[in-house]
Amino acid sequence: MTLAIARRTAILLLSVLAASVVVFAFMAVLPGDPAQVALGVNATPELVERTRQEFGLDRPLLTQYLDWMGGVASGDFGTSYVTRETIGPQLLDRLGVTLWLVGSGMLVALLIAMPLGTIAAVRHRRPSGAAVSGFSQLGMAVPAFLAGIILVQAFAVQLGWLPSGGWTPPAHDPAAWLRGLVLPAVSLGLVQGAVLTRYVRTSVLDVMREDYLRTARAKGLRPYPALLRHGLRNAAVPVVTVLGLQLATLLVGAVVIERVFVLPGLGSMLLDAVAARDLLTVQSIVLVLVAGVLLVNFAVDLLYTVLDPRLRRS
Amino acid sequence: MTTAVRTRNTSLVVGAVLVGLVVVTALVSFAWTPHDPLLVDAAVRLRGPGGDYLLGTDKFGRDIASQLMVGARTTLYVGVVAVGIAAVVGTPLGILAGMSRNWLGELVMRVNDLVLAFPALLLAIMFGAVYGASTLTAMIAIGIATVPSFARIARSGTLQVMGTEYVLAARAAGRSRRWIAGRHVLPNISGLLLVQSSVSFAIAVLAEAALSFLGFGTRPPTPSWGRMLQESQELLAVEPRLALVPGAAIAIAVLGFNLLGDGLRDRFDPRLEARR
Repeated sequence: MTLAIARRTAILLLSVLAASVVVFAFMAVLPGDPAQVALGVNATPELVERTRQEFGLDRPLLTQYLDWMGGVASGDFGTSYVTRETIGPQLLDRLGVTLWLVGSGMLVALLIAMPLGTIAAVRHRRPSGAAVSGFSQLGMAVPAFLAGIILVQAFAVQLGWLPSGGWTPPAHDPAAWLRGLVLPAVSLGLVQGAVLTRYVRTSVLDVMREDYLRTARAKGLRPYPALLRHGLRNAAVPVVTVLGLQLATLLVGAVVIERVFVLPGLGSMLLDAVAARDLLTVQSIVLVLVAGVLLVNFAVDLLYTVLDPRLRRS
Repeated sequence: MTTAVRTRNTSLVVGAVLVGLVVVTALVSFAWTPHDPLLVDAAVRLRGPGGDYLLGTDKFGRDIASQLMVGARTTLYVGVVAVGIAAVVGTPLGILAGMSRNWLGELVMRVNDLVLAFPALLLAIMFGAVYGASTLTAMIAIGIATVPSFARIARSGTLQVMGTEYVLAARAAGRSRRWIAGRHVLPNISGLLLVQSSVSFAIAVLAEAALSFLGFGTRPPTPSWGRMLQESQELLAVEPRLALVPGAAIAIAVLGFNLLGDGLRDRFDPRLEARR
């Protein structure tokens, strides 16, 4: 068990390192140099040269990479070529917003998928089950940002129940924070919930054919109590895999949702940095997002072994 | 058993019809559209549906129906190129990984896992930051991000085929690995790949829409469903139709490809037979 965790941790660290090389190399092959790109075409050669020296862009690429990664490892993402502010603190601030969004979106997805997927499985030969499957197909086809646009139109513009966008920090005003989070979370979670419903349905269907569940039913348990007591833990293993993959999708999907709801998350920071041609910031945000995806995959791997003791021995 | 047959046919038929609808729309748009989709005419801006303009006009007075038709072309174009890149790169890599159970196979799958950590949207934004956003960068980014799914499917399919007796016989007969890959592996996993293509196509359509919505996909004035949605946002309160029309088009295309994928899966993946 310990060996397996150690091995996976090593793979995680190596993957993050490899990803950082890819991201750095990608930005380094850029046609033209970052200082020129940041300053624009009208900058004088002297100014470009001075900026290059100031940010150490005149050093060999390997030195630049090691310097960048050394900083990142200690939480220092460097100074933006454009705004000349340190990137780290802002990045952390924005990451908080994105994580709230992703977490609440995931919660919405689970609240939709768990009951609906189970119902669809238990009633898979009846119209209500088919209706749930149909809903999930439709939900999968609607882009999250379209769901967001429609929800804003209905609940913010027409009914005026919830704000159409903007962000209040939870410590500042918890009620306003929650109200602001509802529509973005639902837009993000609705589509993922639809996708997840299908997987929950399939897993529960598989579990329903297992002998132990038949035994539980034969003992006289009704379908839902039998599933709750014996089935759902087993059905959870494949669902957790999908959940992990979806968490990664949500992290990136948040970029679009933050745009729709004008939320100051990592996604808006990324898009603003691209628009401002602030390459070091782009590079740092991309690394954080990719590391996040890798971390989620790592966590999913570990969760398997917790949920399914049979996997521990291997 | 009758239910099983009905379920299977419905997905495949409905999926094929919806996809067919998008394809026919795109093809017709080459020969005919009700109006010039790019023609800006302030005199007819924000016309309601009906009359001369079937679905009305947008804020520039451009005909929405015509834009929608040409937008179908953009959608299919992006999907075909992105899925094409993914299939052409991912399939051989997956087969290679499945056939060589040594460091080479391991390396391919490790690199694959790494690429998997770069989602399409993120790659496209990176490409856009470096090379400037365009339909091309979006297609390439979506294609690269889709390579791992093809490689994985191809690998798991290959592993199954390699365990069969006819492959053992071919190896005993001294056939080369390349011969086995082309003669036994590829034909046997083609069904799986077809399913993956359809599902990936749906994902590509969604990704292109999201990218165009963010301004990282198709550039104006080329009509794109995602961009039509983005342009509609400021007028949403007065003209929700501007968002609903391209939104419905995206949903129809995605639904079509997903259902088609489901239908094909039921046909080609015998393991699922028992599930229905």
